[in-house]
Amino acid sequence: MRSRSSSIIAMVVVLLLVAVPLVFPADMANTLSRVLALALLAVSLDLLVGVSGMPSLGHAAPFGVGAYTAALVARDVDAFAPLALLAAVVTGGIFALVTGVLMVRTKGTYFLMLTLAVAEIFHVLAQRWEGVTGGTNGLYGIPSITFAPGGEPVTLAGLRYWYILAVFLVGFAVVWWTSRSTLGRSLRGLRDNEERMSSLGYSTFRLKLTVYAIAGAVAGAAGSLWVAQNRFVSPEDLAFEVSAMALLAVVVGGRGRLWGAVLGAALVTIIRDDIGASLDGRGPLLLGLVFIAVVYLLPHGFAGTSWRQLLTRRVQEEKA
Amino acid sequence: MTALPANFITNNGVTMIDGLATGVLLFVIALGLSLVFGVMDVLNLAHGAIYLVGAYIAVALLGGGSTMTLLAFGGAVLLAALVGGASGWGLSAMVRPVAHRGHLDQALLTLGIALVVSDLISMRFGNDVRSIPAPDGLDGSVSIFGQSYPLYRLIVIVVGGLLAVAALYVIERTRVGSLVRASVVDPEMVSALGVDTKRLVTGVFAAGAALAAAGGVIGGPILSAYPGLDNKVLLLGLVVVVIGGLGSVSGALVGALVIGQIETLGVSLLPDHASFLVFGVMGLVLLVRPQGLLGQKEVSA
Repeated sequence: MRSRSSSIIAMVVVLLLVAVPLVFPADMANTLSRVLALALLAVSLDLLVGVSGMPSLGHAAPFGVGAYTAALVARDVDAFAPLALLAAVVTGGIFALVTGVLMVRTKGTYFLMLTLAVAEIFHVLAQRWEGVTGGTNGLYGIPSITFAPGGEPVTLAGLRYWYILAVFLVGFAVVWWTSRSTLGRSLRGLRDNEERMSSLGYSTFRLKLTVYAIAGAVAGAAGSLWVAQNRFVSPEDLAFEVSAMALLAVVVGGRGRLWGAVLGAALVTIIRDDIGASLDGRGPLLLGLVFIAVVYLLPHGFAGTSWRQLLTRRVQEEKA
Repeated sequence: MTALPANFITNNGVTMIDGLATGVLLFVIALGLSLVFGVMDVLNLAHGAIYLVGAYIAVALLGGGSTMTLLAFGGAVLLAALVGGASGWGLSAMVRPVAHRGHLDQALLTLGIALVVSDLISMRFGNDVRSIPAPDGLDGSVSIFGQSYPLYRLIVIVVGGLLAVAALYVIERTRVGSLVRASVVDPEMVSALGVDTKRLVTGVFAAGAALAAAGGVIGGPILSAYPGLDNKVLLLGLVVVVIGGLGSVSGALVGALVIGQIETLGVSLLPDHASFLVFGVMGLVLLVRPQGLLGQKEVSA
């Protein structure tokens, strides 16, 4: 019963998202495109944080690697959208696989610190490796995506939005399927009791490395969406702020609830870009306060909080 | 192995001394990070922000002038240490309620605090780079290897070196130090022995933060003060801790000296590959000794 009602809700939400460009002006499609790219990043991060218990502070790194790859492919090879996407998925996954060999052997605070340090080193690298990344200026003037090799550039915001929505849905499905699969169950076991999984004969190293690579590949896909929308990539796209935003989205939404991460991404984008901008550019201050508030007040996020219970308790308290 | 050419030292000596100054400064910063990490198992992402508070205390006390008496500079160091100690105490009090909830929540909390603090600083002081002059009498230069070299950096090496010796002495030779070291290895056991670990942890937090803030003033004439410096300092501190091993004072010293050389000598010899070098050294240490060069704590699965 419950699963049927949630799949109906999911279908309604998807239909509403599809309808957006038909109803609203192009600005709305552009904003939502950015939200969807960040949401896919947050969903892939939730696969690590919520499902597998591997809290990464450096998830902007595979996102940025994917973004730069997509930008270079679109500029130097062909702007055919699936080509850039595929390249970003592959490089994001390989990047995570290679760095993961070092990182997934650690856990807890050490894992937090390492993911942060490695991501920041690649942030600095993006600033300095001017021949490839364009240095601090970044890569600009990336051609619009095309839906056929060498075809006409897609300039309509609505069409581009539909492409981004489609990739987002596929990416979400990959993560959802991973978390529901045998692998996902093993990962939850890993999160809850690593020693027991290890004694049961699971190779925790291989499990962790696999999920780390999958999350990296999906983050790479999110990076290619980011470039498809913005047609610009700079070192700021793999800065710590991006990792922090994605993490905040996951935590606000509720760890381990993939749709919560999507909701969180929308909320975080609104806080930073709309409310933050209206407060004279004090976005970081606001984000910091949200971080503190969420840790103290909403430890399970929106999706993990039992609102019904909270409400009924309050009603009962008022009656008493 | 080929012998180093005889003029290597003469050519790079100044850069290496620069690296020593950077390394010593990094040690003062990373020590607190490493100990809080070791004793409390908390990744304190606000550590860089506390350094920045120290640096801007120097900016505020200087008030835009171009000189600073030695007394005023010393006062700034002292004030920064006090403010830093108080903020460390406050941080540990804020982290305690979520201590049972896992590493991520603690890190997120300190991240939130760091964002708020650094944004408040940029609101008050703006986004420009603010330079901090060396105090009067120490702002001259001396001749080393036939080149003139700022005297202040030599003073930093001496002062930082004294601090390092003092920290090593406290940790390795005193009763408090032995409790801290024991807490790094097995906090439950230390608590079971009747030691007030709560006070111990608060003390370590406060002392580490005081060092970081004082480091902000001392490092001011070298690194200046600007928004974003907090992240840079935090990152270098993290790399130092990874290389040295968490909770290890001598490890932090070794890691800091190594990173100091990479940041100066590495940049000067291999300008295109310096950021790779930091990563390379860190990756190598992780592959060979995941717990860090001098770390003892179990970190791997």
